[in-house]
Amino acid sequence: MSRRRHSDDSDAGQPHKRRRTSEPSEIEERLESLICRVGEKSNSSLESNLEGLAGVLEADLPNYKSKILRILCTVARLLPEKLTVYTTLVGLLNARNYNFGGEFVEAMIRQLKECLKVNMYNEAVHLVRFLSDLVNCHVIAAPSMVAMFENFVSVTQEEDVPQVRCDWYMFAFLSSLPWVGKELYEKKDAEMDRLLSQTESYLKRRQKIHVPMLQVWTADKPHPQEEYLDCLWSQIQKLKKDRWQERHILRPYLAFDSVLCEALQHNLPPFTPPPHTEDSVYPMPRVIFRMFDYTDDPEGPVMPGSHSVERFVIEENLHCIIKSHWKERKTCAAQLLSYPGNNKIPLNYHIVEVIFAELFQLPSPPHIEVMYTTLLIELCKLQPGSLPQVLAQATEMLYMRLDTMNTTCVDRFINWFSHHLSNFQFRWSWEDWSDCLTQDLEKPKPKFVREVLEKCMRLSYHQRIIDIVPASFSVLSPANPVCIYKYGDESNRSLPGYTVALCLTIAIKNKASNDEIFSILKDVPNPNQDDDDGEGFSFNPLKIEVFVQTLLHLAAKSFSHSFSALAKFHEVFKTLAESDEGKLHVLRVVYEVWKNHPQMIAVLVDKMIRTQIVDCAAVANWIFSSELAHDFTRFYIWEILHSTIRKMNKHVLKIHKELEETKARLARQHKRRDSDDDDDDDDRSTDREDGPLEEQIERLQEKVESAQSEQKNLFLVIFQRFIMLLTEHLVRCETGGIDVFTPWYKSCIERLQQIFLQHHQIIQQYMVTLENLLFTAELDHHILAVFQQFCALQA
Amino acid sequence: QGTRYDQERLLRKSCTLYVGNLSFYTTEEQIHELFSKSGDIKKVIMGLDKVKKTACGFCFVEYYARGDAENAMRYINGTRLDDRIIRTDWDAGFKEGRQYGRGRSGGQVRDEYRQDYDAGRGGYGKTVQ
Repeated sequence: MSRRRHSDDSDAGQPHKRRRTSEPSEIEERLESLICRVGEKSNSSLESNLEGLAGVLEADLPNYKSKILRILCTVARLLPEKLTVYTTLVGLLNARNYNFGGEFVEAMIRQLKECLKVNMYNEAVHLVRFLSDLVNCHVIAAPSMVAMFENFVSVTQEEDVPQVRCDWYMFAFLSSLPWVGKELYEKKDAEMDRLLSQTESYLKRRQKIHVPMLQVWTADKPHPQEEYLDCLWSQIQKLKKDRWQERHILRPYLAFDSVLCEALQHNLPPFTPPPHTEDSVYPMPRVIFRMFDYTDDPEGPVMPGSHSVERFVIEENLHCIIKSHWKERKTCAAQLLSYPGNNKIPLNYHIVEVIFAELFQLPSPPHIEVMYTTLLIELCKLQPGSLPQVLAQATEMLYMRLDTMNTTCVDRFINWFSHHLSNFQFRWSWEDWSDCLTQDLEKPKPKFVREVLEKCMRLSYHQRIIDIVPASFSVLSPANPVCIYKYGDESNRSLPGYTVALCLTIAIKNKASNDEIFSILKDVPNPNQDDDDGEGFSFNPLKIEVFVQTLLHLAAKSFSHSFSALAKFHEVFKTLAESDEGKLHVLRVVYEVWKNHPQMIAVLVDKMIRTQIVDCAAVANWIFSSELAHDFTRFYIWEILHSTIRKMNKHVLKIHKELEETKARLARQHKRRDSDDDDDDDDRSTDREDGPLEEQIERLQEKVESAQSEQKNLFLVIFQRFIMLLTEHLVRCETGGIDVFTPWYKSCIERLQQIFLQHHQIIQQYMVTLENLLFTAELDHHILAVFQQFCALQA
Repeated sequence: QGTRYDQERLLRKSCTLYVGNLSFYTTEEQIHELFSKSGDIKKVIMGLDKVKKTACGFCFVEYYARGDAENAMRYINGTRLDDRIIRTDWDAGFKEGRQYGRGRSGGQVRDEYRQDYDAGRGGYGKTVQ
């Protein structure tokens, strides 16, 4: 279904927008368009539009009933921010055509079951909410809705099921109450009271070990970072105390009360929640992100409190708008700003808070990070007189609270802020942040400013950054990204390998071949000559040093020059870096040459992995090596590590896909052979490939296993190194009687958490190994806690 | 008509973007940093003046995955690099020779005839100079 309603400059889609398969008739397209558009800005009132549309649809029911059913079910699922508009529409249709109402309810139940079966839990919540609002429209009888919720809540009594399963059913129940709580309580107060008390006891007994891992800040001031069900429960309790009076939700059906209350209602069929299976994947728990309250905008309308149901509804709706329009940033910005109630709520504050909530969400933001940056820029364009100030206020607040902000979230803050500044000529009141200049450089605030300035430099150039900050900030300014060539100066001629370096330089400038390079390098003595490593080809660090230093220096001009150099002398690299020590040393030399230019290090490491000069495990070991200890907490190191892990993951997926595709080809071939059909002449010629196909599958199977084993090994190496590093620190602190919680420690333990969170799906496969081999009971409880929190996430 | 269909097919599958309105001083490194925000970059090819062989204000960015290029179209197109609003467009794929400007003086065609003064693109248009 196409929801694209505006022609958009930033359209990333295809040149052809019309479906190529069965061309829908004009009337069906028109129906879809009418239904999708209802509720948008119009000259007529919403009520008259709904009335008109109901009439049109009623007339079209005889011929287009199934199409109309399908469209309405889809908007219920995909446009939750317009929930009450569509429930009203269905209410009107039901009043005019009772059978249609019944068929719609049945179709919705079918859709709900389907969603639950394929793990589409977020959309299932919208369907449940839609059904519950249909009670308000006199389509569904209240008692049958209560019965459905009773079945939901009874899931909490199931044994041996993951907590996240019970959580979802609880959430589906509680999050519908802002819409329908009043009506259900009026009709069935005893049952509702029972449900609410069952809810309370479930929430009391459920475990919350996972919460610290998901909090953006470790401090509870000024706003506690609450677990999402706890927050929702507080909101519902307050709603109940207010006698279910809810004034924020727009309810178009109220205007049609006289018509709707004449309608006959349907009973929901008894709904049994589908049982838990091995394939069930439930949504992860969340922590509610709050950064504003009513004190932050003293001039404007009052911001609803954190435990008010209004706050919940506003946030839900804004998140839904982003989910509907994230691909089209201009539309998304416009839709956010036209959220109703603009003069009753401080909308700009809500929008900024919701956007940062998504950007900082752990484990990952719902959408790609760069989307949020450009969305905020669009919002600033549309509200130039107000939104930039709110954003500046937010930035200031985030800066003030850096000391307790989770490292992963700080990463995202750095990326967002630097990219944002680059769109506004890097204008910022840096002097306001002079307090960070007197702090230890490893503390979060100065660290943040350093990393921001480094990222700003990457988007511009060194001198620009020197120019935009006050002179006092020079201690935080990034290094000039120049290459360091140890054989460059005449004064270095006493260094071993100096003459060979000169020789190499001339040879490479004269377009020497790989063979010529090899013969020049043959003369380099091996400082390790005395060590008997027993291998055929011994690792010669000096050869590596001379070659890599010289080549990188000659190719220093740009990334393209360096990539060409890697490609041209690939053979030499492969040979020199054949052993594990060789790979490690290559990485060390790259670092020595380019330590002023972290961006260059990152792209070179990426290229070397892709061209198999080094492998992922070598990069992991290099990152944890003592040579890099000084840079260990710098952002670029973790970008490199996570990029390395992602490449490994993508590699495994790619080979796996190849294997599945080849298996499918073989299966098709067998099918053709087994059937009596011989009308496919082209395919018959490939039948002879059966043997080769089976061989291919065997080879790919081996490749998959080897890749998966490499992937597992990578994670094990990383975890092992973390444990070693952290244990060392903990032991040192304990024996020395110093506080464990240094800035380095906070950074390191959160980086460990980050590995778990960012790659949780893969790591889930290794739980047994991790538990038995690495995260055993003997481990220091500080480190073990991270593992336990991770286990609790999907428990 | 056959070639137009082929062209459109190439565009629909392409992982390469053409990037325009760059400053002559914008480096490959800056482009790499910005466009990496939507995914891993396979290659950046700088557009060059055919005569001077210096940057002349455009480039190609090739991604490994189409989805990453799509995100660049959604979120990097129309934002600023080196204080200039840059424009991205789908490209059928780099071919040798396409890295050169096609204007008579060696740069891009648009810099031949424009009347305005643009400090980041060599000042006035070539015909005005």
